[in-house]
Amino acid sequence: MIKNIDNARKIKMGSSFMNSAIALVISLILGMVIIGISGYSPIESYIAIFGVSLGTLKGFALSLSQATPLIFTGLAFAFAYKVKMINTGAEGQLYAGAMAAALVGAYITNLPSGVHALLGFAAAFLAGGLAALFVALCKVYLNANEIIVSLMLNEIIIFFTSYLANGPLKPPGSGVGQTKMIEDTAKLTKLIPQTQLTTAIFIAIITACVLAYLLDKTVFGYEIKVTGHNLKASNVAGINVSKISLITFALSGAIAGMGGAAMVLGVNYRFVEGFSSGYGFAGISIAALAAYNPIGVIFSAFLIGILKSGTITLNRTTSIPVELVDIIQVLVLIFVAAPALIKSIMSRAKKVRSKSSREEHMEVKTSDI
Amino acid sequence: MEIIRMENISKIYPGTVALKGVDFTLNKQEIVSLLGENGAGKTTLMKILYGMTAPSSGRIFYKGEPVRFKRPIDAIEKGICMVHQHFMLVPAFTVVENIIAGSEPGSNIFLDKKKARQEVIDLISRFKFNVDPDAKVEKLSVGEQQRVEILKVLYRKADVIILDEPTAVLTPHEVDDLFAVLRRLKDEGKSIIIITHKLKETKEIADRVVVLRDGNLINDNVDPRKVSTKELSEMMVGHEVNLQARRPAKHIGEVCLKVENLTVEEDGKEKVKNVSFAIHHGEILGIAGIEGNGQTQIIEALTGLRKPKSMKLTLDGKEVTGKSSDFLKAGIGHVPEDRLSMGLVKEMSVMENMILGYHRESEFCSKKGLLLKKQISQYAEKLKKDFLVKAASIYSAVSSLSGGNQQKIIISRVFSREPKAIIVAHPTRGVDIGATEYIHNQLIELRDRGAAVLLISADLDEVRALSDRILVLYEGEIVSESMPGELSEVEMGLLMTGGNYMVEEGKQRD
Repeated sequence: MIKNIDNARKIKMGSSFMNSAIALVISLILGMVIIGISGYSPIESYIAIFGVSLGTLKGFALSLSQATPLIFTGLAFAFAYKVKMINTGAEGQLYAGAMAAALVGAYITNLPSGVHALLGFAAAFLAGGLAALFVALCKVYLNANEIIVSLMLNEIIIFFTSYLANGPLKPPGSGVGQTKMIEDTAKLTKLIPQTQLTTAIFIAIITACVLAYLLDKTVFGYEIKVTGHNLKASNVAGINVSKISLITFALSGAIAGMGGAAMVLGVNYRFVEGFSSGYGFAGISIAALAAYNPIGVIFSAFLIGILKSGTITLNRTTSIPVELVDIIQVLVLIFVAAPALIKSIMSRAKKVRSKSSREEHMEVKTSDI
Repeated sequence: MEIIRMENISKIYPGTVALKGVDFTLNKQEIVSLLGENGAGKTTLMKILYGMTAPSSGRIFYKGEPVRFKRPIDAIEKGICMVHQHFMLVPAFTVVENIIAGSEPGSNIFLDKKKARQEVIDLISRFKFNVDPDAKVEKLSVGEQQRVEILKVLYRKADVIILDEPTAVLTPHEVDDLFAVLRRLKDEGKSIIIITHKLKETKEIADRVVVLRDGNLINDNVDPRKVSTKELSEMMVGHEVNLQARRPAKHIGEVCLKVENLTVEEDGKEKVKNVSFAIHHGEILGIAGIEGNGQTQIIEALTGLRKPKSMKLTLDGKEVTGKSSDFLKAGIGHVPEDRLSMGLVKEMSVMENMILGYHRESEFCSKKGLLLKKQISQYAEKLKKDFLVKAASIYSAVSSLSGGNQQKIIISRVFSREPKAIIVAHPTRGVDIGATEYIHNQLIELRDRGAAVLLISADLDEVRALSDRILVLYEGEIVSESMPGELSEVEMGLLMTGGNYMVEEGKQRD
């Protein structure tokens, strides 16, 4: 009996991961074709990408460090999506968090090192959370569209932080828009020397685990799921839908903000204008690739991390244009974003299979006669 | 003359057999009622005929020729059309536009609207349909919309018309109109199949009844004039049922739920006008009325989902105010109107749905806000057993259950919390007879344990059978209060459609 239940659960969970896996395989194959058509050796390129990213310590560390901010933004999108809200504001929340962490890191002194870094994360958590809370308030009380408000707020936050980095907070003699270097006590510990892989990856993984626990084991998580699946039923059940939406969306922003802290305290050691290469928006596809499962986000972010670090090594070691790797990345996302496409491919495959089995069946019958 | 013959039809879904070697025939100029409970396979059989799904085995003959429709459009071209339970009309279009949509006359580019309109008008007058061809569909009543659906299939030159649960949404009067239309169609040479689980109507309209049960053909040649509804229901369910027997309350106690001066305003209109009533402990108060006369607004006000313009609500003498969670906590249970959109989260498990609304009670959640999974699963197993919920396990998604079992989840959830008062809306809508009987028994048991029950249902038979006192609601006002049996079905039907003066005049004449 219990076995049955587990199986049923596995099948349900499995099917959404299956879609993602198939999307991945199809896009890798298509990627090979495209690389081939462009006149490069597909095998050689794939060896260059995956061999280095997975086969060498430095490459592996690079993949993980590339994945770190993506885990945060992926979690941010996935979590907001649990109440069926679309957080397109992760990019802005990331910048807000980064600026908050940079300020705490640079202007608060004489703290023990671990405490200082954590305080940086806390500041980023608050900054990202407040930015998202503003959006959620607009949505809940003014019935504004959260997608549009978030996008507009992104612009405001990004330009405002740029202004700060180019104006009042710019250290003398600096050529680019950036803030003062953070104190050594605020810097995250490197896990492998001479790489960008820091303890931030642990914070990211712990955050994912906390979210998974929250959703599965707590009343708050239960109410989030009910609200996300059926708004009317949650009203009938006496759930305070506004409160749940506000808290969930604010937490989503807070998580994205922590991604900014990871970049500032672990990689750049200061706020640098334009530091994000679209991490916030990449989070949307990473969450979709993970079927909005927090633990799944760790893996899908790692996968994109591999491709990103692959791009970097490819650029250094071969003549293959990096754009080709970008194409693979985009293909993965297109196929993930189109579950219907995957389903139709699957069902066609199934039909062919069942047809052949039916024909076998008929053959048996006729032979009986 | 035989027009359709389906031979030895089977349909196997993974895990279940929906139809087991069923034969079905339809003659020209015949009205056949395909009778069976939900899940008996009647809709599946018709979907196979209509080309919506393929049979696992079996053969179909149409006018003597073997056919196999791959898509509904193939069936429609041959003259077999289906009127679905849920209408497929464009509300903003006129009657004519809706009827011609999909098979517009004229060339490929230009629509010959004049010709289309004339054809529709001809159809309307030929079959004496009482519909304005230029009215917008959104302005039409449900009965009129159904007539538009039937016109749609006639416009497509249907010879065989399949109607899926056609009376589910109609008032008694509209049912009579529909049956008159169907008889005219039959006289014109059409053949009609009605999918239904309503016995009274089957007896009234059908020439022949075909009974299905659990995917088996029970009898394909029942003469409705020669059997009683009781015999029909036994054929359909497989054992004796008695839905109409009244079991009056034994101990009606003190006033429990008292509603005073309830007025609800919506879009600037008063949907409920100064309604007051009281329900005693151990009493079922039924509200009869055609849907849309203020029932939804009353339910929402009494469950805290809506703030009415005015209302004083007391439960055992204590005033209840606030949000829906406060009403639940005070002890007012709620079986909502629409189980899937309001009462359940279909993506979540049976277990999770069984505590919905009560999930913050100390039985299910710790002080720190953690769900007590072990207690919850034990509780769910108990409810599943006590209320005979048929589900693979308490971890199955609610969407995988039948309508009757979904409703049982709600009933088990609310009834087992022993509410002082309970608002029950359409408890057996779309539920098969077996489950209906069970739910009725549970409702009566709950009443006999002392709960005050407000029963709101569009099913007049249900209200008449269960209630200890009946109110009739018309345009937001209570137009009649009576004891069961005091008014006939016809009189109540009149009251429900605003004909209270006629009833009262009739009384005076007596």
